[in-house]
Amino acid sequence: MIVRLLGGGGQYRIDDRLQAKLNELDEQAGAAAEAGDEQALRTALESMTELVRDHGEAVADDELTASDAIVPPTDVSIAEARELLAGEGLIPDLPAPG
Amino acid sequence: MPGLMSRAATVIKAKFSKLLDRAENPSETLDYSYERQLQLLQNVKRGVADVVTSKKRLELQTKTLEQSLVKLDTQAREALAQNREDLARQALERKAGIQGQLQDLDVQVKGLEEQQQKLVASEKQLSAKIEAFRSQKEVIKAQYSAAEAQVRIGEAATGIGEQMADTGLAIQRAKDKTEQMQARASAIEELTESGALDDFTSDSTALDRELSQMSQQGQVDRELEAMKAELGQGTPQGELPGSSSAGTEGAAAEEEAKQQ
Repeated sequence: MIVRLLGGGGQYRIDDRLQAKLNELDEQAGAAAEAGDEQALRTALESMTELVRDHGEAVADDELTASDAIVPPTDVSIAEARELLAGEGLIPDLPAPG
Repeated sequence: MPGLMSRAATVIKAKFSKLLDRAENPSETLDYSYERQLQLLQNVKRGVADVVTSKKRLELQTKTLEQSLVKLDTQAREALAQNREDLARQALERKAGIQGQLQDLDVQVKGLEEQQQKLVASEKQLSAKIEAFRSQKEVIKAQYSAAEAQVRIGEAATGIGEQMADTGLAIQRAKDKTEQMQARASAIEELTESGALDDFTSDSTALDRELSQMSQQGQVDRELEAMKAELGQGTPQGELPGSSSAGTEGAAAEEEAKQQ
């Protein structure tokens, strides 16, 4: 599947084995966000980012593909992570054409 | 426990589908979307420029503070040489305070550097994807029927939309960070101007004045000593013309005044 590292990190293709590990870490990140544990959230997101970047295959910049999963930036705050879980915030609206 | 990855993907798709809903026919959708992409690319370029400006300002503050460190150190030495340990202590205390501020500034500059790198990476990705989108949109317009075009537009649009959302987030974060830094830099400047914090580089602080008075006093004393020595050596040991009578008269007058 294709994973994007949000915040300028780009897109990567990862295999099933990596995907299983990533999902595990993602659950930890979600739990940390709900528990309000910023340190644990950061650790989980950093592990996810490293896993994808070090073991995934980078998608070319000029390839237009949607991602199956998106890893939030590692410096995301608890408040932002909670907003994300609630389905709002974090991602700003796109600029109006001017 | 819900994870964050799928939520993030859903949020991004929702944001971008709003954008697509606004256009009614495929050709319009493509052009409208392309226009938004170019607009976003301009925003990224502005964002990078803002981060660079903000970083330069902090770097300038760093330089100013570094200069005042050197100055305070010299002042502390001067004060000690003149046996003014109290002033030397004051100067060293200020020096320690400034060292703390410098460490803080260093962290801030590194933070901005990181934001700059992220934005530049986003800009590069977005430009490449916009170019890919531009060529695809022309192919779609020229070669496909309306129904087919709709499907292909959906594919291309989702890919570019995600990149746009990602880039939008990078700009937003860089902007927040830059504004925070600007606010802190302004706060330091305002405090300095209002006198709540001394501007260690100007010559107007009380410590500076006292030190400068001290060194002026020292200079006056040294010049006096030099003049005395010069006079002592340069004039003959004998009396200057008229000095004897004047001296005697003076002494006599003083004696007279005491008696009265």
